[in-house]
Amino acid sequence: MAKPLLEVEDLFVSFRGAHRTTQAVRGISFNVGREKVGIVGESGSGKSLTGRTVLKLTPKAAHIDAKRLSFDGIDLLAASERQMRSIRGNRISMILQDPKFSLNPLMRVGQQITEAYRLHHKVGRREAEARALAMLEAVKIRDPDRVYQLFPHEVSGGMGQRIMIAMMLIPEPDLIIADEPTSALDVTVRRQVLTILDELVTRRGAGLMFISHDLNLVADFCDRVLVMYAGRIMEDIAARDLRNARHPYTRALLDSLPRLDRATDMLQVPSRDPAWLDGPTIRSGVAT
Amino acid sequence: MSAPAANATGAAQETALAVSHLNITFGSGAAAMTAVDDVSFTLGHGEAFGLIGESGCGKSTILRALVGLNRDYEGTIRFRDTVVPRQRDKNFFRRVQMVFQDPYASLHPRKMVQYVLAEPLRIHGFDRHQERIDEILSAVGLGPSFRYRFPHELSGGQRQRVAIARALIIEPELLLLDEPTSALDVSVQAEILNLLKQLRRARDLTYLMVSHDLAVVTHLCERVGMMSEGRIIEEMSAEDVRAGRAAEPYTREFLEASTGYRPAS
Repeated sequence: MAKPLLEVEDLFVSFRGAHRTTQAVRGISFNVGREKVGIVGESGSGKSLTGRTVLKLTPKAAHIDAKRLSFDGIDLLAASERQMRSIRGNRISMILQDPKFSLNPLMRVGQQITEAYRLHHKVGRREAEARALAMLEAVKIRDPDRVYQLFPHEVSGGMGQRIMIAMMLIPEPDLIIADEPTSALDVTVRRQVLTILDELVTRRGAGLMFISHDLNLVADFCDRVLVMYAGRIMEDIAARDLRNARHPYTRALLDSLPRLDRATDMLQVPSRDPAWLDGPTIRSGVAT
Repeated sequence: MSAPAANATGAAQETALAVSHLNITFGSGAAAMTAVDDVSFTLGHGEAFGLIGESGCGKSTILRALVGLNRDYEGTIRFRDTVVPRQRDKNFFRRVQMVFQDPYASLHPRKMVQYVLAEPLRIHGFDRHQERIDEILSAVGLGPSFRYRFPHELSGGQRQRVAIARALIIEPELLLLDEPTSALDVSVQAEILNLLKQLRRARDLTYLMVSHDLAVVTHLCERVGMMSEGRIIEEMSAEDVRAGRAAEPYTREFLEASTGYRPAS
């Protein structure tokens, strides 16, 4: 198997306070190849922070420590801010949850996509514009010439998220980090957006880190799933095996979901075991 | 509390709420936008009915009109066979209460839990405030020590429990639930859904729930109304939803999209 794109070994992220230090991510290790990796967990489990750490977009107070944090052979820990800028957007890009907050409200969406391309590629305005229009078409926007001229408040949530995807994919990154890209969308729109993301990622052979709290969605959409709890990875498992997960936390999360296929009276409420905090990660059914 | 089993058997039940030909329009003239288009439905006493649909389909607008937050509607709303006046009276609120979506926004940040719970008691002239507060706190699974907490000292799930306690403390008959778990984690969602189920049985309540999550609605409600563009396009039982028995193409699409990810064609 080829060398993974992203290698993370023993990553810690902590926030120093006046009285105590909060460890938000505590010694996690994982690799991402050219595949779709889902990261699931409840709020506060450190999943979003892990995604941001890869781009070194953590708040100033955060302290990152790791044995290894490398992307395609580049040591991200040692990389300068200048080097990071050439990586962000260009080689690793990030799709955020809500397009309402992540698009520039004062700029036409087409210009934002063009800008994303021209920042990393030395091309003329004309060519960049043509590329942006092609990209809008690739994310299944029916009338790209019209949409190009719109402002973010003039597009719907689903269209906004497709524009975000267009913007993030136009520099042809190798790794895409999607932080809850469909949580703000309706179910039917969600499906369209995921189909587009799936197609583009698979066609270009890029890697995808898909951060979500929706276990069922991740089980169907991704190739591999990391389950996080309290800053640690509880389980690293092939998505198709998720329903036979071994870790009690993964099992508890699955059991706490209301199901559509059969009626249940009372749902299981996960009980938490303090031993999980420092317990092993179960990788493909084996504790390590 | 007498015979809460009536709803389970589906025996002849009284009507708790009947909505007929409800129309709600925003704006006027050329800019008029029909948000709710000729919606009718009834809820039997002790029943749980869910309205489901995508954002903008009008489901929350219906709840807001029912509870009296929007008086500009056409059509009739009957509660217990009496047409409710546009200007809702105190008696109506005594019997119909609402739980909102976001517990972070629906509790006053500077008021202690015991104040939040005492206020409806005071408004509706209840006696035994202290006992009632203790009772309701334990009914929603919070201890008496939670009386002295401020909302920022509570987790999301605890806040939603307080919001439910506030609605239930005056012993209403009908509870309107506007996406009560969509702001919560799955494990907390499970807690709240269990609590709502349990309270409904214990207190013989009627629920009208609005949500975009099909699994949540069918878990709590026996009957579901699928909404699209301001209309209820299809009414189905929870059984029908589970078995995927939908007549309308839109409902089928919605059902399919709700069960994980399959690439759209």
